Amino acid sequence: MAKPTRQVSLELDGPVLVEGPVDLRTPDGKVVHSDRFMVAVCTCKRSKTFPLCDTSHRRKVRDDQ
Amino acid sequence: MTILDVRTSGLPAARGPLSEAVAEVLREPAGTALPTPGDADPLGADLQLALALCYELHYQGFPGVDPRWEWDPELLGFRARLEALFEGALRDRVSGGADIAGEFDDLLVEHLPGSGLSHHLVADGTWEQMRELFAHRSIYHLKEADPHAWVIPRLSGVAKAALVAVEFDEYGGGRADRMHSRLYADLLTAAGLDAGYLHYVDHVPAATLATVNMMSMFGLHRRLRGALVGHFAAAEITTGPSAQRMDKALARFDAPAACRFFYTEHVEADAVHEQVLRHDVVGGLVEAEPELAADVVFGIQATDLLEQDFADHVLGAWNSGGTSLLLPL
Ligand code: FES
Ligand SMILES: [Fe+2]
Ligand SMILES: [Fe+2]
Repeated sequence: MAKPTRQVSLELDGPVLVEGPVDLRTPDGKVVHSDRFMVAVCTCKRSKTFPLCDTSHRRKVRDDQ
Repeated sequence: MTILDVRTSGLPAARGPLSEAVAEVLREPAGTALPTPGDADPLGADLQLALALCYELHYQGFPGVDPRWEWDPELLGFRARLEALFEGALRDRVSGGADIAGEFDDLLVEHLPGSGLSHHLVADGTWEQMRELFAHRSIYHLKEADPHAWVIPRLSGVAKAALVAVEFDEYGGGRADRMHSRLYADLLTAAGLDAGYLHYVDHVPAATLATVNMMSMFGLHRRLRGALVGHFAAAEITTGPSAQRMDKALARFDAPAACRFFYTEHVEADAVHEQVLRHDVVGGLVEAEPELAADVVFGIQATDLLEQDFADHVLGAWNSGGTSLLLPL
């Protein structure tokens, strides 16, 4: 039987959403496991919890300048 | 006015004629008559507590209260009059419209320097203030995700499947010890607070009760399903960054791991929930029912409004050197 196709959604200027559970292999050889139903993978490289998105990709505006 | 204590009688202490009337009748068998709300302040402590008492009958109920009150026509009629005042007050104070994308864009931009509660706590808050905030939020977080569960049968297709997936995550993915409400109970215990359900209801002001009553009202009315979904999306969008600041503040206080875990779990979870809510739940709902766009916007704006009222109350109290609670912890 064919495996069900895994859905991956790409967010413009944001994370890639992958159906969990997944193991994420980072360039430095670490493996981060997530068994959430959906996993937001950071593409902006600003996340403090890289490779998981922590919303650091969001636009920031200074109101005091 | 009779002062009732939730810890001995199972019911919170009354805060005026409306909440006193509800507390009084709840001690009687279902069917006892109730007053008319008159010109009560829709966002005041008395009306908000009366509403919270009515809603709680649909959640866990109160020890010693006749469970038939939940569907008592008199009490439901009374609640409907309170809700009309509450909803009217919210609608009067929001700007309205139907531009969901515009509302989301606003929420997705981080304004610096920020001025909210988590900004204060991370910059120069105290551990005592942190514990006060824990007590305020316990009214909601100990029933985290429950108000949103009511919307499930009112949705269909993509919106329904996606909302249920997020709720599954909120309820610990099938593991009771990972339920977000349970993580919050662990946080309270670790902070030396009481993790009892509604334990702090007598401590919290109207502004705190209003944030939870809004969710219950949106959840219990099919008519307001758009507002519930808008509220849920707004909450998920704003939680991530604030949870991150809370964790930073907690690190500064060398807080117990269980306190920090509640927030780090939310940084990770809500980065996902936000996306699912925006695209699949809100997106799916307005695709199926485009006429609900204005209600979605109402839910987003009402959430922002009541969260702002809450933050104003708490920061106002702290800035004048006082406590944001009505009773000491
Ligand atoms: S994509 Fe979200 S933090 Fe990088
Ligand atoms: Fe949660
Ligand atoms: Fe969430």
